[in-house]
Amino acid sequence: MSEPSARLKKDLTRHVKERVIEAILFLAAFVSVFTTTAIVYILVSESWVFFQHVPLGDFLFDTQWTPLFDDAHYGIMVLLSGTITSSLVALLVAIPLGTIIAIYLSEFAPFAVREIAKPFLELLGGIPTIIYGYFALLFLTPLLQKVYPDLPGFNLLSAGIVMGIMIIPYVASLSEDAMRAVPMALREGSYATGATRLQTALWVVVPSAISGIASAYILGVSRAVGETMILAVAGGMQPNLTFNPAEPGATITSFIVQVALGDLPHGSIGYQTIFAAGLTLMLLTLVFNLIGYYMRKKYREAY
Amino acid sequence: MNQQELQALRAMIVAHKRWDTLFGVIGILALMLGLMTFAALFADMAINGLGRISVDFLTSFPSRRAANAGILSAWVGSVLVMLVTAFAAVPLGVAAGVYLEEYAPKNWITDIIEINVSNLAGVPSIIYGLLALGLFVYTFGLGQSILTAGLTLALLILPVVIVATREAIRSIPQIIREGAYACGATTWQVVSDHIVPYSSAGILTGVIIGMARAIGETAPIITVGALTFIAFLPTMPFTGELPAGPFDWLFAPFTVMPIQMFNWTSRPEAAFLSNAAAAGFILVLMTLAMNGLAIWLRYRLRKNIKW
Repeated sequence: MSEPSARLKKDLTRHVKERVIEAILFLAAFVSVFTTTAIVYILVSESWVFFQHVPLGDFLFDTQWTPLFDDAHYGIMVLLSGTITSSLVALLVAIPLGTIIAIYLSEFAPFAVREIAKPFLELLGGIPTIIYGYFALLFLTPLLQKVYPDLPGFNLLSAGIVMGIMIIPYVASLSEDAMRAVPMALREGSYATGATRLQTALWVVVPSAISGIASAYILGVSRAVGETMILAVAGGMQPNLTFNPAEPGATITSFIVQVALGDLPHGSIGYQTIFAAGLTLMLLTLVFNLIGYYMRKKYREAY
Repeated sequence: MNQQELQALRAMIVAHKRWDTLFGVIGILALMLGLMTFAALFADMAINGLGRISVDFLTSFPSRRAANAGILSAWVGSVLVMLVTAFAAVPLGVAAGVYLEEYAPKNWITDIIEINVSNLAGVPSIIYGLLALGLFVYTFGLGQSILTAGLTLALLILPVVIVATREAIRSIPQIIREGAYACGATTWQVVSDHIVPYSSAGILTGVIIGMARAIGETAPIITVGALTFIAFLPTMPFTGELPAGPFDWLFAPFTVMPIQMFNWTSRPEAAFLSNAAAAGFILVLMTLAMNGLAIWLRYRLRKNIKW
């Protein structure tokens, strides 16, 4: 047996080692806080340079976006219109189809179908967006042009539709999770009164799972708003103040790509615009995330 | 109940049952639409691109002549960037996940970390590109290099790795921890001897899914400023002369698969489009293989583990 003091000393090093490891792990976890702070800091400080040259009023209300021309105008509305139009098209595809698939998988599908369909949807969600962009430009647009010959080669419509298909897996699988979480007793009560599966799904399951379904929709919106490559490839990159999806248009994201591909020097106003555009995008997705958060809180049903 | 009412009631039931069946069909059709899109996408790329895929395509640099162009610099770039991403994201993500599950006290700092992790998962990828441009390229001066791209993608997939780690750890029953603590183990001994080994398969699943996402990410890497035409390879890792040599590759300019594909897609000549299809086909196969592996791994895991 060693001296008691020696054993105590060993315990002390063990204690110190534990503390050091805990501190290291804490720092790793704190990287996420650091990342958020860095995103906000970079976007705000770089946009600050931009807003010293361009008044906020012009940024919000000008109806032209020509930062790369000599006669520069900085109206973010033009890019926002592209973002909103393409996102609306995407949501018109993703929300109905995603909801139908979710209801089908949760309430109708036999076990085997669900076991195959869920991983398959996951695979579909894992395909790189550049591939979807290629698909929109070279497969869907020619297809749509057969029906509607006036459609230009670059347009927000086919980009939006493909974007919607890309979002379906997210909407479907999150909504399905919410529906599956509804307790069986509610369904059994409904069936006992003689309701069909569809009636049970629409009048019992969906209303009970509405908070989860709503937050799935919100996630879909924020995916659509932040999607980049599909629009950069298939949407055309001309700024265009329009809400007509059959026209080409630039979005906030595709504009950032366009400038990043060019050779503008860092520090020029043209270059700083991408940070102002990025800040707008960040605020936009933040608003949607907050709405999603409050919806979940407000309509949450506790079972 | 008279005959007429009964008739009406029957008609109503039949109508509802008809709607029910109809919806079953609509549901299958909606699922099929997804399946068909996938099939069309895959077939379209295979038809246009398969003719271009050959050993030459994999071992040639991009070229002005479409028929000579290949994806050598692109896939080497992708592999090197993924290497950096894995080296950064896996230790950080696992450490963060372990901290949040096993160490974190219930206080406001932990709450802030958790809110941040879930928020970061929803930040558009192009924002990470702007972050990297401002932070890694201009503030830290890392340049438009493999290191910058790898770190950017690592930050991007960090939430995926953290969430997967936490889920895997949470599925380990409490008795395992209690048994180890009862023998006098410290928290770190419990974590390194029990928690991490038992959750490694679940963590691996998350890491593969994250890497599959990173390999297809285009927007943040374009924003960082990757070049689109690279006709040389970076020096191979760990081969250069000391002192700085072995890490030269980290600071080399580079391109990656999705950017090469984007570059070819935006050319007007049809010949380059079939190159794009070929590159896309290989990229899809890569992500499908990775995601498929992850899904299979998770399936095996769910079947085999009985605590």
